[in-house]
Amino acid sequence: MEQLKTIGRELAMGSQGGFGQSKEFLDLVKSIGEARSKAEEDRIVLHEIETLKRRISEPDIPKRKMKEYIIRLVYFEMLGHDASFGYIHAVKMTHDDTLLLKRTGYLAVTLFLNDDHDLIILIVNTIQKDLRSDNYLVVCAALNAVCRLINEETIPAVLPQVVDLLSHSKEAVRKKAIMALHRFYQKSPSSVSHLVSNFRKRLCDNDPGVMGATLCPLFDLITIEVHSYKDLVVSFVSILKQVAERRLPKSYDYHQMPAPFIQIRLLKILALLGSGDKQASENMYTVVGDILRKCDSSSNIGNAVLYECVCCVSSIYPNPKLLEVAADVISRFLKSDSHNLKYMGIDSLGRLIKMSPEIAEQHQLAVIDCLEDPDDTLKRKTFELLYKMTKSSNVEVIVDRMIDYMISINDNHYKTYIASRCVELAEQFAPSNHWFILTMNKVFEHAGDLVNVKVAHNLMRLIAEGFGEDDDAADSQLRSSAVESYLHIIGEPKLPSVFLQVICWVLGEYGTADGKYSASYITGKLCDVAEACSNDETVKAYAVTAIMKIYAFEIAAGRKVDMLHECQSLVEELSASHSTDLQQRAYELQAVICLDAHAVENIIPSDASCEDVEIDKNLSFLNSYVQQSLENGAQPYIPETGRSGMSDTINFRSQDQPEASMHGLRFEAYELPKPPVPSRMHTASLEPSTELVPVSEPAYSRDTHQVATVPSVSDAGSSELKLRLDGVQKKWGRPAYSSSAPSTSSSTSQNTVNGVTQVDAAGSVISKAHKTNDSRKPRVEISPEKQKLAASLFGGSSQTEKRPTTASHKVTKAGSHAAGKKSQAPKSAVVSNQVTVEKTIHQPPPDLLDLGEPAVPSATPSVDPFKQLEGLLDPTQVSSTANHGAVGATESPDIIALYGKTPASGHSSSAAISLPTNGDGVNFTAGLLDATISTTHAGTTLPTQSIKGLNAKDSLEKDALVRQMGVTPSSQNPNLFRDLLS
Amino acid sequence: MIHFVLLISRQGKVRLTKWYSPYSQKERTKVIRELSGVILTRGPKLCNFVEWKGYKVVYKRYASLYFCMCIDQEDNELEVLEIIHHYVEILDRYFGSVCELDLIFNFHKAYYILDELLIAGELQEPSKKTVARLISAQ
Repeated sequence: MEQLKTIGRELAMGSQGGFGQSKEFLDLVKSIGEARSKAEEDRIVLHEIETLKRRISEPDIPKRKMKEYIIRLVYFEMLGHDASFGYIHAVKMTHDDTLLLKRTGYLAVTLFLNDDHDLIILIVNTIQKDLRSDNYLVVCAALNAVCRLINEETIPAVLPQVVDLLSHSKEAVRKKAIMALHRFYQKSPSSVSHLVSNFRKRLCDNDPGVMGATLCPLFDLITIEVHSYKDLVVSFVSILKQVAERRLPKSYDYHQMPAPFIQIRLLKILALLGSGDKQASENMYTVVGDILRKCDSSSNIGNAVLYECVCCVSSIYPNPKLLEVAADVISRFLKSDSHNLKYMGIDSLGRLIKMSPEIAEQHQLAVIDCLEDPDDTLKRKTFELLYKMTKSSNVEVIVDRMIDYMISINDNHYKTYIASRCVELAEQFAPSNHWFILTMNKVFEHAGDLVNVKVAHNLMRLIAEGFGEDDDAADSQLRSSAVESYLHIIGEPKLPSVFLQVICWVLGEYGTADGKYSASYITGKLCDVAEACSNDETVKAYAVTAIMKIYAFEIAAGRKVDMLHECQSLVEELSASHSTDLQQRAYELQAVICLDAHAVENIIPSDASCEDVEIDKNLSFLNSYVQQSLENGAQPYIPETGRSGMSDTINFRSQDQPEASMHGLRFEAYELPKPPVPSRMHTASLEPSTELVPVSEPAYSRDTHQVATVPSVSDAGSSELKLRLDGVQKKWGRPAYSSSAPSTSSSTSQNTVNGVTQVDAAGSVISKAHKTNDSRKPRVEISPEKQKLAASLFGGSSQTEKRPTTASHKVTKAGSHAAGKKSQAPKSAVVSNQVTVEKTIHQPPPDLLDLGEPAVPSATPSVDPFKQLEGLLDPTQVSSTANHGAVGATESPDIIALYGKTPASGHSSSAAISLPTNGDGVNFTAGLLDATISTTHAGTTLPTQSIKGLNAKDSLEKDALVRQMGVTPSSQNPNLFRDLLS
Repeated sequence: MIHFVLLISRQGKVRLTKWYSPYSQKERTKVIRELSGVILTRGPKLCNFVEWKGYKVVYKRYASLYFCMCIDQEDNELEVLEIIHHYVEILDRYFGSVCELDLIFNFHKAYYILDELLIAGELQEPSKKTVARLISAQ
């Protein structure tokens, strides 16, 4: 159970970050965190929502307050509650001028709304305005929202601006603009199809981030249409080569790999481009081979790249050398201890097996191991591989395995999937009819309701038609084996409906065909089935029809039919059924039985299920009747499309309706908030210019008018609260879009001016690519300065500068108090017993923990170590905390881990996340303790502490802040305090 | 592409959700319930991937927090695993040794950072420094 009694820490955090969350909010989060059950949490949240509902609609809420309300809404929504009452306030917040509030607004809106929400139309105007903003951060925020919120209808409203932003001076903006266009492309390919060339141009962007982003849309485009991008193969290869040769700025390195994410994307694209294309593939061999060779296989990301290489190798035109290397990689994966790598190994084996089936053999054992692994994911992946490996020689083993697994799982989705796989394999590779029938029985028995109905129909057809060879004996043998197995299985309870249908049908058709079973035996069984599933009308219908067939065959064969008693009662019951279908079948059965043999033979011929029934689709047998009616003066039939009278109404509707059903009405309503009370509207309603009048013509003229005025308004940059949607008018019909058309054209011209070298020919693209690289080199040189700048704003080096000071400050503080601490140590009665244990293990290095040691023997073992930490920093409080320290009760080792880190906390060098060496710890401990203890071998501080000194220090700092806020966390959930990365 | 990002605690509490494909509130709740049932019960040594309804969910545990991302069948799992790690490293850099409490109380900041890292379900910025710069500029 989770308890967040550590709220104070966040209080501290809040004040640190200057985000000014109120105590109230923090209390709320805290109380939700402490909720013991979902019900309690819900109660708190619902109560809070009520309060919020009231408060949020009060007038004149200060902006800061409003922002917090919105963040609370986000929180509730995240917890799965409905916060829709506040959406509109979030939308309003996007109008705000302050960046912080605007961003909060956008954040909330992107989290709340899907792109089909009605409120979107209200945001479009703000987005348009913000896309034009001078502040690139505003533009970024707007672009984030564009990616999430703009739907097919509203794309035209922002498209021109987004295209303009492709040549923005900030790379962050260009990047997001590309991603926005990509999103547009996903939503409605036609809307941006004329802009595809922009992606090609951006591929040569100076900034690797932008270039990397461009690869996403290009990947999609290439997936759909490979041929028009073949010219880019050379440039992709050269980019990949440069990346692999570490020519990108250092900051793109990730775990010593040069820009691995970009490499992976490029490899994916190359795999597409090289598929089945020998010439293109030949260009890639060298670079892919290089990467395969050089890639570091010890890190996770290195393996990700390797895996992508293998995928690429198996997709492009095969090259024996590469295949060999790829096979090596796979065997390394499979031999690895990591489940992740095994999984990837199985996956890539499945890919490579298409190219060189023989490599599977050397990995047989590994594959079997994976198949028997307790890990479901791995198992499923292995089944995937087996599916690809199936031949008629191994189908029995594989399908048996699959069915066993299928029976053992509960996940319906996967059950369906694997069942269909079984069926597919069985149909394709079945060694014998008997095996096939048995297999299908098993599949149906255990996954019947999950199997596609089509599979059942296929099975019936297969039994009826046989396996295609003209071997009647084999066919009838198949049928009788089916009948036999079904009669065997039919008594089992809870058979799935689909399976029963198949059984009924087969028994009806072939139950008596080989003369082994009597008609009364079969019909008796069928009656049982019908009775057993009294709720399932389909099965009943199948059963009745089957009974009818059996009797019909009997009559046709000249035997006398006496209907079983139970059968008779069934028919009677059904003829009074609610289902007309069942009724009809019952009556048909009764009617057929009364007929003579000849007639019956004509109605239901034996074994004729495969005969084709001719269907007269033109209903030609009705022609004479139609002719007659026409002669009698009836109107001829006019197909729906050709009805002139209707077309008007259809058109009318299509013009009128959208305004109502789409956002139209809403749009109008918000645009004209001023016209007061409906009463006046009534008086005005005679004038044709009011929008309420459903005459379409004036509305159009208004639209055009608006379109004309809009651009000027937007140029003036007026911030009046009026919905502007140039381009969106398209929905209403003809006159739309006149405004956006010129702007797009201007934007394209601008593009050509800006991007000097944006020529499409492959050659120049490459040259450009080289150029970009040249221009990158100077960037690399300045980058240290940039790094400093960036860091000084927030990240790395500021930490280097700040932390030492705070740390040393703390050190001195701690040091100066050390004496007092020592004297107080017995009182504070510290150190939980686990710590003692640990200490006994790492025998007596006089490290920081020694402070508490004098107390250990007598100490109550259940004191919160945090309290003691507190003591380290603020000894004045120690006595008081020690008193109620017993709350901490039994501590889990996590805390000790944290506690154990304390000594290293003063470690003051290196701001990076790099692991501090033990030596650093030594220095610090020495520094800290020199006042009291003349340190000797501090190097033997607890091994745990050397993990991450910096972080430990941070947590200590944070913790200290908590205490300064006067809150005492009992920290029953120490995990919360644990650094995620440690 | 990435369909959604989920952060859930070991107790199944939601810490952050970000949806890149349209899901209704009801579906969201269902997805979270189902996935936490699957993921939280998995043993420590198993793979970090789960096949789920035709998608794959890649998850990684950091302290008591699970980071999950749902991806398409043909995506590279190891890459996504590294994207998660990348995100955590950036969070770590931003918060200074990030822990779960940072995310509980500053979830909106975590959202901002995520917005710089992923956009429309794709990784948009592979450079830690750039992300850090953008975030600090805001």
